[in-house]
Amino acid sequence: MTTTDLIGKIIQVVVGLAAFAAVLGLILFFIDRAPKKGRDVIQLVAFVLPAMILVAVGLVYPAIRTTITAFGDKAGNFIGLDNFVWMFTQPEALITLRNTVVWVILVPLVSTIVGLAYAVFIDKSRGERVYKALVFMPLAISFVGAGIIWKFVYEYRPAETDQIGLLNQVLVWFGQEPVLWLQSDPINTLLLIVVLIWVETGFAMVVLSASIKGVPIEQLEAAELDGTNAWQRFRNVTLPSIRGGLVVVVTTITIATLKVFDIVRTMTGGNFNTSVVANEMYTQAFRAVQPGRGAALALILFVMVLPIVIYNVRIMRQQKEIR
Amino acid sequence: MSVKKHRRLIIPTAALAVLGLALTGCTGDTAGGNKADTECADYDAYGSFDAGTEVNVYGTILEVEADRLQESWKDFETCTGIDVVYEGSAEFEEQINVRVQGGNPPDLGITPQPGLVADLARAGALLPAPQAVADNVEKFWSDDWAGYGTVDGKLVGAPLMASVKGYVWYSPSTFTDKGWEVPTTLDELSDLTAEIATTETKPWCVGFASGVATGWPGTDWVEDFVLRQSGPDVYDQWVTHEIPFNDPAIAEALDAVGSFIKEPANVNGGLGAVNSIATTEFGDAGLPVLDGTCAMHHQATFYEGFWPEGTEVAPDGDVWAFILPGTEADANAVTGGGEIVAAFSDSEETVAVQTYLSSDTWANNRVSLGGVISANTGLDPANASSDLLSASVEILQNPDTTFRFDASDLMPGAVGAGSFWKGMVDWIGGKSTAETLDFIEGTWPE
Repeated sequence: MTTTDLIGKIIQVVVGLAAFAAVLGLILFFIDRAPKKGRDVIQLVAFVLPAMILVAVGLVYPAIRTTITAFGDKAGNFIGLDNFVWMFTQPEALITLRNTVVWVILVPLVSTIVGLAYAVFIDKSRGERVYKALVFMPLAISFVGAGIIWKFVYEYRPAETDQIGLLNQVLVWFGQEPVLWLQSDPINTLLLIVVLIWVETGFAMVVLSASIKGVPIEQLEAAELDGTNAWQRFRNVTLPSIRGGLVVVVTTITIATLKVFDIVRTMTGGNFNTSVVANEMYTQAFRAVQPGRGAALALILFVMVLPIVIYNVRIMRQQKEIR
Repeated sequence: MSVKKHRRLIIPTAALAVLGLALTGCTGDTAGGNKADTECADYDAYGSFDAGTEVNVYGTILEVEADRLQESWKDFETCTGIDVVYEGSAEFEEQINVRVQGGNPPDLGITPQPGLVADLARAGALLPAPQAVADNVEKFWSDDWAGYGTVDGKLVGAPLMASVKGYVWYSPSTFTDKGWEVPTTLDELSDLTAEIATTETKPWCVGFASGVATGWPGTDWVEDFVLRQSGPDVYDQWVTHEIPFNDPAIAEALDAVGSFIKEPANVNGGLGAVNSIATTEFGDAGLPVLDGTCAMHHQATFYEGFWPEGTEVAPDGDVWAFILPGTEADANAVTGGGEIVAAFSDSEETVAVQTYLSSDTWANNRVSLGGVISANTGLDPANASSDLLSASVEILQNPDTTFRFDASDLMPGAVGAGSFWKGMVDWIGGKSTAETLDFIEGTWPE
């Protein structure tokens, strides 16, 4: 492409945008002038329709297509539940499902508990902001970046040479043999989980810290007057008050965990029994060219996320009613 | 103008400026060659086209290799007036399907996997090779190579470049010092390995790690042994799944590979124990050959580019390589790889470019620029940029050579770019030969 081509293309883009704006302006103008009778309906349709179309094209249609693909073979012929049978019978696929379950249990649980404890302990302490920033910072790192950093932490060199991985260096200091961490099944999955916990704890801490600050001070003082100790106050006053925040944190982290892909792909590529559903979905659909299996895995992922989203929405609605 | 008004303009202006600056990065203003200064005699046959006639070429070739590729058709562009626009992608194998399905295919695709070419051709995406290309293939390529561009009896494209796999890298000076001799049969290689294992040096250093493609160097080992132990017929049957993946012949090959690299005494020069193979980067794995911590490293010709700068690659230099021997001396079966150039368009200019790429003129032009070879028989071995590459060209052009394409590139993606890699990783991690082969066999698509 030469510079003249480029200028031509930029002009095309500008003209296109201008035409779009003009059409939009025209539509808005006519909506404004719509006949009085049924104006509300016309306006409603005009404003909601573009969003609906985008949702239909970008979300509903792909979802339906994926569902159809999940019941087909490589060429798209209907093969019933074969892809799901494969998923629940192949030992390799079962390990993937098992790993995903381990991830989904451990990551939200540990990062929420650690984040909550940290938020409580640093609450109203001196230098609170600095402490917060320290734990919050990993959240700013992309999953791929985090994966590479931790890959170095777990890096292995033979005993007779210098270690470059922190974890093995610590072992060597204690007079132990270095270990090929990322190959040691099943501990390698736990080591990958640590990475996501490291990232998500910051998120849990910030949201929960804000919730804790919203707990009415009167209630805490009243409880104190009643002779409660710190644990009882936390258990019976703080915790119920931050329930909304907790639900948001747990559900958000759970969904992020179900979708985890980058960490596994950068650190082990799904080898050594560490694969998870999202990674396997990509591998099956695009590397192995088995779109049916990929779609079936995507469907399973969707089914696993669904109850969490429904629960989240219900809690939110309850809270709104209380308010 | 008030400051407030100013501010309104500043952000959009700045945004536009940034956009403009960013987009200038997309242009590649290359000065077109001057027709008067260029020797155009070789290109007259391709005709003359209007300025601005474009042919889009899409492939896996990147960085320096891509620059040299573009350099190789510069004179062709000047003389014919065709603008050949090359786009390389590391995700070619996935993206080519996306582009074809989206109705946006390139004019020409340079595909390193005949298996993928066959998939595309059967899906109706590829056009049959034009007559001029077919003539060139007839003239310049052996039947083996022509076969990789042929799908269901129809030629769809000509091969482009080639690489010879199955080289064993070693240090000539270490071999001389210790009195080791380059083996001429697999049994000799076994004996040599056993002999070296008794010394402080480890016989082999191996690395399977390659990001998401981890495991492929292992597949090269197996392919070499299948071809050498069981011969080309079994190799072909294995590739086309006429014999199952867990056939005794394949098990024999895998066990033979295991006798070299799955024995704790034989690996992994300075890099750890057997299980360190799975996490050692393939690019780093051979380097201990230089300082003598390990004696041999199995890798294709391209490993020449991986040695540190200043390393002399020559029969009497710092490193050199011998072809993995066969069961008998002077065996002549080698594995290798290459690309197929297939067309998605039949415009005149596309045909011209495709024809040029299949010609001996192109092969000589490109090989002269260095770093690669081609199996084009019109290629002058003297044009190869190094001793090793000249030797490889001679192997490829020798009519007695039995050449077989890298099996994993011929197999369906689910195996060749999936379970075969994964199987090798698990195998080197301790899984038994039988279990590994059964697993791979189970993933072969019906």
